[in-house]
Amino acid sequence: MKQDNINHAEAAAAFLQDREQARWHDSAIWWVRQKRDAQAKQLPEWEQLRALAQQIKAHTLSRLDEYLTEFQANAEQNGVTVHWAADADEHNRIVHGILAAGGVKKLVKSKSMLTEECGLNPYLEQHGIEVIDTDLGERIVQLRHEPPSHIVMPAIHLKKEQISELFHKELGTEAGNNDPTYLTHAARANLREHFLTAGAGLTGVNFAIAETGGVVVCTNEGNADLGTALPPIHIASMGLEKIIPKQAHLGVFTRLLARSAIGSPITTYTSHFQQARPGGQMHIVIVDNGRSDILGSDDFSQSLRCIRCGACMNTCPVYRRSTGHSYSYIIPGPIGSTLGPSRDIRKHGSMAFACTTCGSCSNVCPVKINLHEQLILQRKRAFDAGTLKPVKKMGLLAMRFLTQHPSLMDTGGKLMRKVVPILPQALTQHSAWSRPGRDLPQMPAQSFKEMWQARQKDKP
Amino acid sequence: MNVALFIPCFVNELYPHVAMATAELLEGYGIDVVYPLAQSCCGQPLSNNGDSQGACDAARRFTGVFKDYDYIVSPSGSCVSHVKHHYPWYIADDADYQALQPRVYEIVEFLQDVLKVDRLPKPVYFPHPVSIHQSCHGLRELGHAAPSELMIPYHSRLERILQLVDGIDVRLPERRDECCGFGGTFSVDEPEVSVAMGEDRVAQHEATGAEFIVGADPSCLMHMGGIIRHKCRPIRPLHIVEILTGRGGAA
Repeated sequence: MKQDNINHAEAAAAFLQDREQARWHDSAIWWVRQKRDAQAKQLPEWEQLRALAQQIKAHTLSRLDEYLTEFQANAEQNGVTVHWAADADEHNRIVHGILAAGGVKKLVKSKSMLTEECGLNPYLEQHGIEVIDTDLGERIVQLRHEPPSHIVMPAIHLKKEQISELFHKELGTEAGNNDPTYLTHAARANLREHFLTAGAGLTGVNFAIAETGGVVVCTNEGNADLGTALPPIHIASMGLEKIIPKQAHLGVFTRLLARSAIGSPITTYTSHFQQARPGGQMHIVIVDNGRSDILGSDDFSQSLRCIRCGACMNTCPVYRRSTGHSYSYIIPGPIGSTLGPSRDIRKHGSMAFACTTCGSCSNVCPVKINLHEQLILQRKRAFDAGTLKPVKKMGLLAMRFLTQHPSLMDTGGKLMRKVVPILPQALTQHSAWSRPGRDLPQMPAQSFKEMWQARQKDKP
Repeated sequence: MNVALFIPCFVNELYPHVAMATAELLEGYGIDVVYPLAQSCCGQPLSNNGDSQGACDAARRFTGVFKDYDYIVSPSGSCVSHVKHHYPWYIADDADYQALQPRVYEIVEFLQDVLKVDRLPKPVYFPHPVSIHQSCHGLRELGHAAPSELMIPYHSRLERILQLVDGIDVRLPERRDECCGFGGTFSVDEPEVSVAMGEDRVAQHEATGAEFIVGADPSCLMHMGGIIRHKCRPIRPLHIVEILTGRGGAA
């Protein structure tokens, strides 16, 4: 779970104190962006695929109620039990109910941002159920008792040396052995034990197909498959926006997903779950938790198209220089910075401002969400909700006034140009502009307006 | 044809020579240039901080000041983009705005799309390596170049117009269109991230061996310029109109 009251600017400034680690973080993630570019470039139809994915998602969201009903009917026909959860708490109670009824003491879980959103792990642990995250990155952050810093690469903020130290402490690996293969094997051996002794497996859902009632889970480690093949109970938790209408649409999304996410043509495993295996149980929990509110918003409904590829994080120059842990909502980066504020503008307001509005996120997005514009629109909500710092609000109101009174703005500008050059450096160097190492612009003697008026006078 | 100069508020105060170069460039092509004195800020800082009322008032004021001119031209891609693409959030139904919107141009766009220039008003010899800074709003909202994220054919307005300059050596930085980190009030809301981004960007421009960073957005150049001055680096930011008028490097 995330700590409460994270302010992006403050957390990012703290992260940037270690410039070397920050530069490493930036380049490691930029490398993924470059891999994405290389893969996308190989498909002449890339932009058409994006447009198609956008259209399929937009269509589906416009008839979400129909497709959800169709999905439920087909899933139930396959013998799957479908549950509806209005919010995080109901989701957690449903999952706990299934586990309690099956006498389950240990749950293995593949990657699911939804369960992070719902706070499932701490809920189940409070109820005496052991939860093991089986995605390697998720396992690492679970052992560190911290939230994921990225939705696809949960431990991307860590270097191998830090993981070696962690595994030495938690899994008893050799001290100082930083070999990634060695460390991965150690995690694998440890996880295998848990797979064999778990009473149930929980997976996320990448796509839920209305016409078949089946769900599709994309992983690179095969952990979702082991987690559903070994224990007798499979629970799949999904946000209600994960629906696509037809099996035939799936290819559009699987082609975009892995290329956008990690720069691979496809995920190693694309697993289709349609029904429980003989003697087992399969449950699908469909979660709203604020999604239908977003669906009802003209400004933000596009954010529900998201397929959680994480490409917007990888391209975001602010994310790369601040880590996911600087964002207050569990989903960081551009998509999180609209989803979080949609959920709670007071709590997550700072995220909407953690953006230069460069627009790179909107361009990499495989479903063409207008991400950077959504962030600007979230700022309206922040302003209206009164979450801006009083000094900033006053500055904006002054700016609003001056914008309507250009002659006063001219006087202010002139004053600035005259006063700033004679200010002692001690006064200016602590300003937000100068503090981190940026000088003020040189102040010209005349404004353009003054120059222009003089020029007009001199004209014959 | 008359052209009204739209000079962003901070350019008016801090970069008057960029505004004057814009006027001279247009006049060089025989254009009757007007500078409406009643103009003020376009309202982008208000909009970007969620002040819808202020942004809406600013949009109406802008429309009132500029609606009667044939063209409105500005040396700032970001401000032009705000007027063209974000005013509809506030005054989409305003008939004057609807008529004005297609007549607002960033200076390079105006030279290429309206005047269709194939020479500079007077020949310019600028025998220096320059690194192009492709500013975000010009790039991704105005389409000044093919953004690196999109799989579309490569083009670049700035590279194309710099071909009219003699002797110039045009280079592109690594990560050819990464943001410099200015971001308007972001630069003071998140100064540490902003400067970290700017330092990286300046270093990438320097690594090309260029003597100048050339762009079409004074705000990005102001931010990088502040970092360059703080670090006492030799590379210099330059607005593209300063090169196109032959003023380059003088300021």
